[in-house]
Amino acid sequence: MSYIPHTDVERQQMLSAIGVTTIEDLFDAVPSAHRFPRLNLPTPLSEMEVLAEMMALAEANEHAQDYANFRGAGAYHHYIPSAVNHILMRGEFYTAYTPYQPEISQGTLQATFEYQTMIASLTGMDAANASHYDGATSLAEAITVSLEVSRHKRNKIILSPTIHPHYRAVVRTYHQGRGLKIVGDKGQATISDLADMLDENTAMLAVSYPNFFGQIDDLTTLAEKVHNAGALLVVVANPMALALFKSPGDFGADIVVGEAQPFGIPMGFGGPYLGYFATRMEYVRRIAGRVIGETADTEGQRAYVMTLRPREQDIRREKATSNICTNQGLMALAACVYLALMGKQGLRKVAELCYHKAHYAAKQISALKGFSVDQSLPYFHEFVVKCPMPAARINERLIEQGIIGGYDLVQDYAHLKNHMLVCVTEMNTKDEIDMFVEALGEVAKQ
Amino acid sequence: MAELKVPAELKYAKSDEWLRIEGDTGTIGISDYAQDQLNDIVYVELPVVGDTFNKGETFGSVESVKAVADLVLPVGGEVIAVNDTVTSASELVNSDPYGKGWLIKIKINDAAEADSLLNAESYSTYRTN
Repeated sequence: MSYIPHTDVERQQMLSAIGVTTIEDLFDAVPSAHRFPRLNLPTPLSEMEVLAEMMALAEANEHAQDYANFRGAGAYHHYIPSAVNHILMRGEFYTAYTPYQPEISQGTLQATFEYQTMIASLTGMDAANASHYDGATSLAEAITVSLEVSRHKRNKIILSPTIHPHYRAVVRTYHQGRGLKIVGDKGQATISDLADMLDENTAMLAVSYPNFFGQIDDLTTLAEKVHNAGALLVVVANPMALALFKSPGDFGADIVVGEAQPFGIPMGFGGPYLGYFATRMEYVRRIAGRVIGETADTEGQRAYVMTLRPREQDIRREKATSNICTNQGLMALAACVYLALMGKQGLRKVAELCYHKAHYAAKQISALKGFSVDQSLPYFHEFVVKCPMPAARINERLIEQGIIGGYDLVQDYAHLKNHMLVCVTEMNTKDEIDMFVEALGEVAKQ
Repeated sequence: MAELKVPAELKYAKSDEWLRIEGDTGTIGISDYAQDQLNDIVYVELPVVGDTFNKGETFGSVESVKAVADLVLPVGGEVIAVNDTVTSASELVNSDPYGKGWLIKIKINDAAEADSLLNAESYSTYRTN
């Protein structure tokens, strides 16, 4: 079966209509030396051979489920009920896109609407969009919103150094060339140091909740300071933590963004992940992406519509303030199904399991000779362990024993030599935790 | 289509904004033609009091179910009042573009800038031909 709809005759007709003989003639503008480069591709393979090759590549990876995994740092190992994948794989849903004629796909719109509603509820915001590519993109888009809100009269952005290092890197890439002053994250600024940086040129201040080290900073008075300076408070939050801790809306956040991968999406290098974005009604006109709404059709029946896409190119043309016209539809569906399956109590239960297991692990590790755990602030399911030797060396030993150790913090924070960020989720059994603690103790003795 | 209104006492820009001059104060809105072309207006974005713009600068936008249009200032000046009613009830721009649907008031910098605007008759001709 041919996937190309045009026949040779039709192609010839089109070519003669524009006055050329062959399709190759269309590439005359490209210098001939570069026109048809040899690609040096391997010879074609049969399906069987391709499958064997791909399997061999896949098997070069290690699988998280084969290890006792104590690493998070932005990608979290949670249980994914099998119903999530079954629903995702249904033909009616299986696309990464919001449909181009949206209202004909009521099921997709309903799922997106429910996803938005649950995200808004968790974050304590009025509205959430249909998603972005990942948490880092959501943070970058929050900056655009804050610049728009300040009507481009302000260009200073304060970022906490405890926002995920990758997110901060993406923000700088995303906004390069716009003349922004991105400050605050190069040293070890505390929340109050960050507040001291606020001035009449500050468009927004962003913090992480929990922060990259798993800790819950005291943010109760921050919003007032940020608002007094006329700036927006953006909170990057692990949405799983929001099942347990006060929602950012309750302490005055204007925009809440983050990575919703913990909700039914497997850990994958390079994604696909799921950036969520939620805000207060007064800023909803400034957000990128799309918002799906619930309404009634002409017969009074419940129906879903594309309510808002205020910044996109198809409506704003050259005035568009985002080039994002798409989202992570399928991943948003995964999060929607996950949250619906878990329910309010179920989600809280997962978060509680993470919290208690992490606190048990932290207690055990802090009792080990040579190790200490930073417990100066409340924390969720990650904590920083000071080790008697470089984390990378410890991890080399642990992996031999089937344990993925904590994230080596010196990669991103030069002052945190010999520190690892340990994550414990509901996936870690007590036996696994005890084995991990014992292995840490053994490694330190060597 | 109903006859489009073009009040005689106003000045008009080719970009379809109207200007009412009272002393050194200018009131600005969009013409009946503009609202009719845009169809149902769902959102109006306006500047804040104290902002200053030159003649020809964009001071806001109107969004309808069909399109988003920039609002262009017919004469330069400082914004002294903004019609907050239309930001929550944007349909007023459709129903009463020269009255309750006014957008902003400015303190005009240079009254001579209004000389190049069209009068009602020229604007009517411009938009009906």
